[in-house]
Amino acid sequence: MAKIRVQYFAILRERAGRAGEEIDTVAATAGALYAELEGRYSFPALRSVKVAINDEFCPWDAPLSPGDSVVFIPPVAGG
Amino acid sequence: MSTLSRDEILRYSRHLVMPEITLAGQERLKAARVLCVGAGGLGSPLLLYLAAAGVGTIGVVEYDKVDLSNIQRQILYATSDVGRPKIEVAGSRLGALNPGIRIVPHAGKLTAANAAGIIRDYDIVADASDNFPTRYLVNDVCVLTGTPDVYASVFRFEGQLSVFDARRGPCYRCLFPEPPPPGLVPACADGGVLGVLPGILGTLQALEVIKLILGIGEPLVGRLLLVEALATSFRDIRFGKSAGCAVCGATPTVTAPVDYEAFCGIDTATGRSAAHDLPRVSVTQFLVRQRAGEAGELVDLRDTPELAIAAIPGARSLPLADLPARLHELDSARHYTLCCHRGERSVEAFYLLWKAGFRRLDILDGGIDAWAEQGDGRVARY
Ligand SMILES: [Zn+2]
Repeated sequence: MAKIRVQYFAILRERAGRAGEEIDTVAATAGALYAELEGRYSFPALRSVKVAINDEFCPWDAPLSPGDSVVFIPPVAGG
Repeated sequence: MSTLSRDEILRYSRHLVMPEITLAGQERLKAARVLCVGAGGLGSPLLLYLAAAGVGTIGVVEYDKVDLSNIQRQILYATSDVGRPKIEVAGSRLGALNPGIRIVPHAGKLTAANAAGIIRDYDIVADASDNFPTRYLVNDVCVLTGTPDVYASVFRFEGQLSVFDARRGPCYRCLFPEPPPPGLVPACADGGVLGVLPGILGTLQALEVIKLILGIGEPLVGRLLLVEALATSFRDIRFGKSAGCAVCGATPTVTAPVDYEAFCGIDTATGRSAAHDLPRVSVTQFLVRQRAGEAGELVDLRDTPELAIAAIPGARSLPLADLPARLHELDSARHYTLCCHRGERSVEAFYLLWKAGFRRLDILDGGIDAWAEQGDGRVARY
């Protein structure tokens, strides 16, 4: 189990009902972590969401390490 | 000898004395041509600061009229402007602020047909629009014409800002290759936004535009700034050019302005050609059907705070954001009429439900706003 700090933006924040949380997870990659949360919060499919680990956007197969800060970012269009 | 007049020297004196700007920098601002796409929440402070700073040519693309519900955030407009075309009001307001600059109105919408012709006349584009089709269009045309796109967008208590300059960094599509499917992002008119938030983001947009013109500082190229108003948190996330980017990558597939609906494919699961072909009923039709017992159940997709503002008696409340998790509360064999504020969330819900096997669906055209407009005095407009 690794402790990961997760932050949600826009619609993900609405669906999760919180801005962020600390999660104990066995997910080895950012994509696996998203899949875990997708079930919990009925998140949208990840195709249109971006993930950043430690303030850098990365691919969904990027590995997670304990203590990482993960941010999930969907696009927003309002003006 | 400077090209600035005595009045201009006085007007811009707080710029001129700084070694990062000087007379030469102010002359660059005067010679610069900036296009602002959208004169709403972001465009208001953006345009005001660009005009105040002395940007010599400012183009404005806007088609809308001032509505009372705009004034909470669109500080270009006064209450007495309600009903007037924004582009006219913006022109006179900016002209009064700074008579020494040129304001070029582009009344109408930016489209695949006119975008390149308009953008070609500008050095920098600021995307202050409020919808995905325009944002992708602005990005694509900026990449194709080699124009920097200073981008900002807002949602509720959050904002995003970046400078997309494909000549030296990534573009919008490098970040978000394709528009999100319906249901992921509430349409702008329906979304809600803290009024001051576009004020902050639009002001940051003006900052980035001015930095680009002056060639000073570190532009927000290859970084996405995330602004979160409730925590008052700013963080920027680095990103690079995507080799496979459809418009700025090694083998681009987008080589001319694209019609959004043709490529975003929101209709693939439904077999319908476009959102305007969806089954819509007018308020009048709905009432006739309801009296005949043929309207099905009315499902109100708006959020809880909106129910307190206005509601149609007898409607079942099921906020769009909860719909995926609460699908089991509806029966795919039954007939439903979908209703929201103005009809945009109903379209998103339609696709969600269609994918889940629902077929007896109608959309209340214009939503509760149309209901209120057609004379039900108990229902407030908002
Ligand atoms: Zn790109």
